[in-house]
Amino acid sequence: MTSIDTRASVTIGEVTSPRRTRRGYAPERRRSLLLTVLLWLCVLYFVLPLWWLLVSATKDNSGLFSTFGLWFGGDFSLFENLQTLFTIRGGIFTRWLINTVIYSVASAAGATLLATMAGYAFAKYDFPGSKALFSATLGAIMIPLTALALPTYLLFSNAGLTDTPWAIIIPSLVSPFGVYLMRVYAADAIPTELIEAARVDGAGEFRIFWQVGLRLLGPGLVTVFLFSLVATWNNYFLPLIMLNSSELYPITVGLAQIQAAASAGGGSQALFSTVTTGSFVAVLPLIIAFLFLQRYWQSGLATGGVKG
Amino acid sequence: MSHSPALSAERSSAPPHRHSSTSKRKQNIAAYLFILPFFVVFIAMLIVPLVYSGYLSLFESKLIGGEVFAGLANYVRALQDSAFLASLGRMGLFFIVQVPIMLGLALFFALALDSGRARGARGARLLIFMPYAVPAVVATLMWGYLYGPDFGPIAQIARAVGLGTPEFLSPENILGSMMNIVTWEFVGYNMIILYAALRSIPGELYEAAEIDGAGQFRIAWSVKIPAIRPAILLTVIFSIIGTFQLFAEPSLLNAIAPDAITNSFTPNYYAYNLAFINQELNYAAAIAFLLGIFIAIVSYIVQLSTQQRERRERTTS
Repeated sequence: MTSIDTRASVTIGEVTSPRRTRRGYAPERRRSLLLTVLLWLCVLYFVLPLWWLLVSATKDNSGLFSTFGLWFGGDFSLFENLQTLFTIRGGIFTRWLINTVIYSVASAAGATLLATMAGYAFAKYDFPGSKALFSATLGAIMIPLTALALPTYLLFSNAGLTDTPWAIIIPSLVSPFGVYLMRVYAADAIPTELIEAARVDGAGEFRIFWQVGLRLLGPGLVTVFLFSLVATWNNYFLPLIMLNSSELYPITVGLAQIQAAASAGGGSQALFSTVTTGSFVAVLPLIIAFLFLQRYWQSGLATGGVKG
Repeated sequence: MSHSPALSAERSSAPPHRHSSTSKRKQNIAAYLFILPFFVVFIAMLIVPLVYSGYLSLFESKLIGGEVFAGLANYVRALQDSAFLASLGRMGLFFIVQVPIMLGLALFFALALDSGRARGARGARLLIFMPYAVPAVVATLMWGYLYGPDFGPIAQIARAVGLGTPEFLSPENILGSMMNIVTWEFVGYNMIILYAALRSIPGELYEAAEIDGAGQFRIAWSVKIPAIRPAILLTVIFSIIGTFQLFAEPSLLNAIAPDAITNSFTPNYYAYNLAFINQELNYAAAIAFLLGIFIAIVSYIVQLSTQQRERRERTTS
């Protein structure tokens, strides 16, 4: 059983074919009532806060405070809340939403492209220095990105790049874990014979990558893209230190600002329902993306990803 | 970092060496061009800031004279700074308590889903994963409301059944409350990693174990968990990194519970406050740099200890 005999490290990569399934293993699948009940009780813990968020988005500010949190109040104010949300301060929430989409899509597309090219090269070429460079990439997974944020801020500040979208997008382009995932995935998904055959047919290396490689990397690409998208979408620290102008904020920083205004209190109590509705709107796109693309990212993780 | 014992990938499917040396050279050039864009950004955004941070941490900003070389003074100060040490200790406690709970739950769910014995496993898997898609800012805001003593639903229920009002946001309880938020956020993410690893175990192994008469729990314990140990190690490493750089949670809870969250509650929040509130950039750089080194060392130790354990097991078995 050496094939899964665990290596002395996070090898993860003792690679088997992605087409490998549990051959010949068909145990009688007895359902366990106890396990089902236990599992779904636990699911409640993960779902109820989101359910609360959905319910709260339909309440006006007084309903938020006076009615039971986990059920709808008397009135249904979702549309009023959305209207308030998208009109406060001259409609700045729309701006934040668009910023977030731009920052995260640009970062994720860039990070995926860079990680894919590098991962493909590590998997399919045997070039001098590849071992050392790959080890450096893996070592970098351990560097906490927020520890880098401060010096990065100072460097960007010297270059006059703070308070621009570049300050969010450029640092988010590095994804060492993405390179790792793509390497394992490409090693698996692209048969070396196919590359050889394309070479015999006279195709250049780049054409082989674009026309043969990329086509076979679909689920791996979706996985790296989605996880980079989430990383930028959910990032708070980097935009908080990099951006000053509120019209450049992503929703995370914007929401934190409205919340601060709401809890600073005074006359702005009405903002609480705006915070909950805004949070609900901020969460929705990523959940939808994960639901729609689940077939791809789950197989991307399972076949190319983290293996025993 | 030339030799990372971590994560060394075993197999590179090298093309056979039957090509002429010119085509080999062409391939090498292509390979370098493929990795070039990544490494340009890698160096610019990781290596340069790291070096710059190290450089900055060696200086001191004086009222008179400006930037002065200070040697290791900032580091000496950090190692004697009770606020910094307390924040590290707090995160150490967080790590010891929260990470085992989080990863234990993730492993339990992954095994339960993989066993195929629960109904609606697909749906459950997605629902448990869902919080990962929620930004830490939103998760913290949300739990801040849920914890609320007046209108928070948990307090409402507790009062309804006569338990009184729980004080989630008091100085004594805030660390536990934060552990709960982080657990809620990341159980699903870790579960997915472990589940993906479980799915790739070849089925023949279970057959062999079943023929030997092993029950489900025995298989889970003796076959499945050892087989996915590398993936478990990966989730541990990610958790070390995640824990010691907590930022959004303390900074937002600070707004709701200013008495409970100090400006040095976590090392990262402390570094932020030093740099942007106190304007002590050099000292903040030293703190951030120390934190990075600290995380790397802890991750390294965890890896080494796993390796040694494996080596021992291999020699004894």
